Amino acid sequence: MKRIVAATAVVLGLTMTATACGGGQDKTAAQDGKQELKGQSLTVAAVWTGVEQQNFKKVLDAFSAKTGAKTSFISTGDNVSTVVGSKIEGGNAPDVVMVPQVGVVQQFARKGWLRPLSPAARTAAAANFAKVWQDYGTVDSAFYGLYFKASNKSTVWYSPKALADAGATVPKSYEEMITTASAVTDSGLPGFSVAGEAGWPLTDWFENIYLSQAGPQNYDKLAQHKMPWTDPTVVKALSTLGALFAKDQLISGGRKGALETDFPESVEQVFGKQPKAGMVYEGDFVSGLISGDLHKNVGEDAKFFPFPAVTGGTAPVVGGGDAAVALKAGKNQEAAMKFIEYLATPEAAAVWAKAGGFLSPNQKLDIANYTDDTTRQTAKSLVDAGETVRFDMSDQAPAAFGGTQGSGEWKILQDFLRDPSSPKNTAQVLETAALKAYKG
Amino acid sequence: MSVMNHRSRPGGAARGARTARQRSVRRRKINAVVFALPALLLLGALVGYPIVFAVVRSLFDASGEHFAGLDNYTEMFGDPATLKAIRNTAIWIAVAPALLTGLGLMLAVLTEKIRWATAFKVLIFMPMAISFLAAGITFRLVYEQDPQRGVLNAVAVGAHDAFTDASPYPGARTRGSQVLEAQKGGGYRTARPVRPGDSLTLGLVGLKPTALPATAAQAKTASAAAGAVTGTVFLDFVPGGGGRPDAVDARERGLPQMTVELVRDQQVVGHAATGPDGTFRFDAVPDGSYTVRLPAANFAEPYGGVSWLGPALITPAIIGAYLWIWTGFAMVLIGAGLSSLPREVLEAARIDGAGEWQIFRRITVPLLGPVMTVVFVTLLINVMKVFDLVYIIAPGPVQQDANVLALQMWLVSFGGGNNQGLGSAIGVVLLLLVVPVMVLNIRRFRRSQT
Repeated sequence: MKRIVAATAVVLGLTMTATACGGGQDKTAAQDGKQELKGQSLTVAAVWTGVEQQNFKKVLDAFSAKTGAKTSFISTGDNVSTVVGSKIEGGNAPDVVMVPQVGVVQQFARKGWLRPLSPAARTAAAANFAKVWQDYGTVDSAFYGLYFKASNKSTVWYSPKALADAGATVPKSYEEMITTASAVTDSGLPGFSVAGEAGWPLTDWFENIYLSQAGPQNYDKLAQHKMPWTDPTVVKALSTLGALFAKDQLISGGRKGALETDFPESVEQVFGKQPKAGMVYEGDFVSGLISGDLHKNVGEDAKFFPFPAVTGGTAPVVGGGDAAVALKAGKNQEAAMKFIEYLATPEAAAVWAKAGGFLSPNQKLDIANYTDDTTRQTAKSLVDAGETVRFDMSDQAPAAFGGTQGSGEWKILQDFLRDPSSPKNTAQVLETAALKAYKG
Repeated sequence: MSVMNHRSRPGGAARGARTARQRSVRRRKINAVVFALPALLLLGALVGYPIVFAVVRSLFDASGEHFAGLDNYTEMFGDPATLKAIRNTAIWIAVAPALLTGLGLMLAVLTEKIRWATAFKVLIFMPMAISFLAAGITFRLVYEQDPQRGVLNAVAVGAHDAFTDASPYPGARTRGSQVLEAQKGGGYRTARPVRPGDSLTLGLVGLKPTALPATAAQAKTASAAAGAVTGTVFLDFVPGGGGRPDAVDARERGLPQMTVELVRDQQVVGHAATGPDGTFRFDAVPDGSYTVRLPAANFAEPYGGVSWLGPALITPAIIGAYLWIWTGFAMVLIGAGLSSLPREVLEAARIDGAGEWQIFRRITVPLLGPVMTVVFVTLLINVMKVFDLVYIIAPGPVQQDANVLALQMWLVSFGGGNNQGLGSAIGVVLLLLVVPVMVLNIRRFRRSQT
């Protein structure tokens, strides 16, 4: 009984919105009112758990309310490709998967698991997203992946108090950033906290510097390994990074201490009870740790500045994101396509944006939908970067090179942090590892 | 029925009896096979098939589609990571089982002699009840570098600080100034020669204003005096910025209790300590050229403890955790052997005037030989497949320094390498390593049965 009442309420509500909407939206809204997917079901798999899962479910619920399709969510944990692979073999494939790495989208597409997205989804993507995001969803000139959620990995977080105490200013260039770090260090607080125990923050450091210094074209070549890591641009970027790492006193605990600092710890060292550093570099998700685990006010106790440009370059914007793909093995093809088309709309992005912890690459999304100013700024810098956004390079590489604890790029950059004296050798070691991984 | 038939045949009773025996033997064989079949099937499916499959898989490439011959094996022995894993596994094999057996023997003999032996044994055996995962996480914390978290380093730092005084200004340094330069072995000295009548301003930075002693007062420029070397050591940093480098500004405080040395021709000719405003003074200095030094003792970083999880100590540290878990096992088994030793022999030895040490060496240990072999061999096999502790305790940057074969096999196959061909090859090598030990074990079993 209750359910019928609820359903009626939803239908009534929709009719009312449909009537209230008016204008150009009228026709689609009227269609929505019909609940064209009533009776169909849709299964979506993604890596999200916890709060992210809850918030994504809000998006699913909004889709249900709009189309009448019944939706369910599967969390795959970290290893999407293994889980999805076994589900396909088991005849129990989800209809839509939210894939967090470019490399995995390519892997799925080349295995023939993916259905190219519908012309409607393509048109919507072309209208709402920068071309670079479409390109990252395209494999062998077929459009498979729609980037729904994005992250901005070009944000340096700082404690305004630490900078004020040191009389330092927010830097505009990489060199100024080192000056700022020196000033903060002079005040008795090391300038940076570097999460060296986890390997991936080091790859992100490198990627920002490389993107700014060598430019997007070289970045793409290197990401696809069409250019060797021994290229002078790589050596130069490593030297630039090494110039910071070599100044032991700028880093909390020195290089040795950095290698014993994992990612949450590095954030805590800046924004925890007893600050041990003034700045920490990582993506927009740092704000979640600051407000969630450390109970500080983002925007007040913690601010960020965009990763500054290295001399001769422009400010880099390295991003990441989750792409929605439709599996051929899924049983509900129609609902899957409609769902992905829905994800391309600013409407869908707004649902999660209002819930927080989300950035959308959708240019049509009104940034007023985000919950706080800091998120608005990170979202704005991501969208404003337009075509120059580049996807996290290590996420584009084979996992053996770009995504494995204790080996590949992670390990080599950790060794570089331990001893930054020879960028040339490091580049050589990187190339050897890359050759092996890209071959396999 | 059939027996009757045989008997009626020509050829006699002897032949009949023989066929009957053959038949009964055959029937027994069939019975044996029938009874053993479920076990054989299970073994075949769970042990035999995987071994064969792994051997075959190791001859194929990562995708499993192309025959690769022995490529995986050559790649394996050319890969530094695998070589490191082999080296570490060798260390484990050489150290852990012997150490554990010895430790178990020692504890077993000792617990024989103490009251509360059972309680003690339970305590030592307790870690066996904890999963490797939980034990690994616990030891990861125990070995943590930060003395606030790692209990071992808390002890190390506590013990160290009880005997050595902490330096007053750890981490203080110059701002790359013209006046002071770093000297070898730590500390700072004046860059230019100093003469009597000079007054120096020695600015340091890199200290938190809150880390200064309470006595620290506004720094003062020391007034120059004839025949004296004077100066100020101060924190050359104004909160909020804006100070001039190498000059005493308002709101810059002195660094009291700093040791200052006056040096002439490599010889220390004078000591002084700074006052609350940071000033120091060497009086009645003969004419000449001097250097003023701030010795390293002022700036020594506090002792940070031992870096257990660093590349050098990681394998011993993990072996330590392994000992903690398995000592109970060795002790209980050897203890059981000990309690079943014939008492008469020991008593006879005592009556003959043998000392305790002699009894231990000449009687207890030889008699315990078989039990100790069991413990040793079991641990040997166990050590070869150690995986979880290494995976959990070793932090990312040193994982390769702690790597062992079993972990490398997993890493290569599933943990990012996604090359199950190479992984199978490592598995086969691991199998080949275990086989001799197994053969030894089976032989010993047979011997003990006869």
